[in-house]
Amino acid sequence: MAKVLALVDRDPRDGTVLRSACALLTLARRFGEPVAVVGGDRPDAEAIRTLGRFGAVEVWCLAEAGAALGSGPADQPAAPAPALGSEPDPDPATDTDLLHHLAARLHPAAILIPATHRGQETAARLAVRLDSGIITNAVDVLPGPDGGPVAIQRCLAGSYLVESSVVRGTPVITVRPEAAVPEPRPVTPVVRTAGVEPAKIPRARIVASPEIVADRPGLDHADIVVAGGRGIGSRAAFAVLAEVADALGAAVAGSHTAAELGWVPREARVGLTGKTVQPRLYLACGVSGSVRHRAGMQGAKTVVAIGDDPQAPIFKLADLGVVGDVRAILPALLAEIRSRKTPDGGPAESTESDQTHSTDS
Amino acid sequence: MKIVVLTKHVPQAMGEVTYADDLTVDRSAVRCRLQDGDEYAVEQALRIAARRLDVQVTALTMGPAGAVAALRSALALGADEGVHVLDDALHGCDAPATSLVLAAACRRLGFDLVLCGTASADGAMSVVPAMLAERLAVPALCQCDRLHTDEDRVHAHRDAGGTAEDLTATMPAVLSVTDRSGEPRYPRFEAIAEARHKLVRTWTLADLGIDTRRVGLTAAATAVHRVTRPAPRTATVPGTDPAEAATRIADFLTERQFL
Ligand SMILES: Cc1cc2nc3c(=O)[nH]c(=O)nc-3n(C[C@H](O)[C@H](O)[C@H](O)COP(=O)(O)OP(=O)(O)OC[C@H]3O[C@@H](n4cnc5c(N)ncnc54)[C@H](O)[C@@H]3O)c2cc1C
Ligand SMILES: Nc1ncnc2c1ncn2[C@@H]1O[C@H](COP(=O)(O)O)[C@@H](O)[C@H]1O
Repeated sequence: MAKVLALVDRDPRDGTVLRSACALLTLARRFGEPVAVVGGDRPDAEAIRTLGRFGAVEVWCLAEAGAALGSGPADQPAAPAPALGSEPDPDPATDTDLLHHLAARLHPAAILIPATHRGQETAARLAVRLDSGIITNAVDVLPGPDGGPVAIQRCLAGSYLVESSVVRGTPVITVRPEAAVPEPRPVTPVVRTAGVEPAKIPRARIVASPEIVADRPGLDHADIVVAGGRGIGSRAAFAVLAEVADALGAAVAGSHTAAELGWVPREARVGLTGKTVQPRLYLACGVSGSVRHRAGMQGAKTVVAIGDDPQAPIFKLADLGVVGDVRAILPALLAEIRSRKTPDGGPAESTESDQTHSTDS
Repeated sequence: MKIVVLTKHVPQAMGEVTYADDLTVDRSAVRCRLQDGDEYAVEQALRIAARRLDVQVTALTMGPAGAVAALRSALALGADEGVHVLDDALHGCDAPATSLVLAAACRRLGFDLVLCGTASADGAMSVVPAMLAERLAVPALCQCDRLHTDEDRVHAHRDAGGTAEDLTATMPAVLSVTDRSGEPRYPRFEAIAEARHKLVRTWTLADLGIDTRRVGLTAAATAVHRVTRPAPRTATVPGTDPAEAATRIADFLTERQFL
């Protein structure tokens, strides 16, 4: 059976395997034998176990990479990078270099890459190097008539579903994290290493990674704003809204009415006579969307509204409108967001306990 | 110092766009404009130009005849000259072919920096900048929120999904900038008139030495089989049970990459 490569995304802080990797491995099984590809430092035993649990038959990593490896036969004796001197290599092979090497060596049926910023760059470079076709941001990947992958994308502001496949080279497909729910299928992976010569292309260097302050962002420049109105109903319910905002890394705002009721400070009022915000996402909860309120948030790129009156004007602006009791929906939403933020949190998690979660990010 | 800014001409209202019979985006049926994302790239080029004396800013586009309007907009904002790659054989190019053509144009122009938007409003692949960098064998700095240059290096800051990164690379390099990099200026009224007198060159594939068989719909490395229109996304979810509503909202947030 042909192999399908899945590039593994790990938490940069502690190296834990992210949920996207488990989702990619789940998808990879539909076309062939899932093979996990781990760039950068070698994965620890814990990471390898997680990849095995989601079906990775093989785990490939860089021979030159740092950190010890648990088990598995070394495919090549850890040789220094060819061509270059054997001194510490300032530029270890990139994910692109590793995937390029493995594509030539394993002739995979497809290469799946998480659709993150980093993944997009890797996929773009890889497609050029392999002279392959590329499909980005797939929301699903299914076997086509010939068994090869057909990717589904949502295009033109989400209004069309486009089915396409790659007709030249090894298919390179970047996949949205929500494309699949990770389903465990435990195997014991064979760990292999590859000696990869880095491409001689100058690179950007990361000189610092300043911690992003975990605090709530200010309203003016917030990427996401969660706003509450009269419909929230009580101070206690508003506290749940604030928790949802925290879970999303969002700023909290309110309608004038919410401010009058003392649920948000006056500075956080949005509207004609308050703040004007232009976030990427405006989540309006129990807000009717009066003209005056709309004046302050019309610039939002995406609007999601929750309210109990389907006639409320806010729904005309909303990309997604949910009619229902906001006081019941917010706690459920909070729980849902928290569960999705835990790495590889599939439904089967509770039965297996050999997993360290970093729930608190 | 030479800066090339990529400027794409895209449909104004994405919601009105349809697909043509050959399953390419039908650009003739809608009004198009310089895409917002690329205005940020033009803005960054002009900010660099304001801080040093030797900067030449060239706006580059590839697209049908109407795409020259994107160049005119960039020129009105302050770019010095424009280059339009125009050739009937380009219809239906995929991302690898687009990057092949744009790379050839950049090479012909010569550059210290290529500035792009992060993603096309229509294709939304956000791969052209990195493909270009790969073809030009230079560093790519994608999705930058801030940038500045010194004598021979470019420095940038970006949010890499929860962690921040400060990056540096030697020039030449390709950068894509986000809409957090700084609001684009409004063109002055006189600038719009002046822009008509600025030089716009039109290059064909022959000018770039590219074989027409390597580009266009027939050379595309991906094939679209089917386009369907799902229920409109402005859907209102009627009164459902709270857990179901929460799942719907979370799905939507994940899909739009807010989660
Ligand atoms: C001169 C002037 C200037 C103003 N300027 C501004 C301004 O700048 N900004 C501003 O915001 N307002 C402004 N206002 C006030 C504005 O006109 C509205 O009164 C106000 O915005 C309404 O706030 P709201 O949406 O929270 O409340 P409402 O209009 O009462 O809306 C509450 C919404 O919540 C829904 N709801 C109720 N219970 C629930 C539930 N359990 N679950 C789900 N949904 C529920 C309701 O159906 C309704 O849609 C101004 C008013 C004046 C006179
Ligand atoms: N045909 C084109 N002409 C000029 N620039 C382009 C073209 N296609 C893509 N770009 C640039 O590449 C960026 C990313 O595009 P994409 O990879 O298509 O999402 C855009 O913001 C533009 O700056």
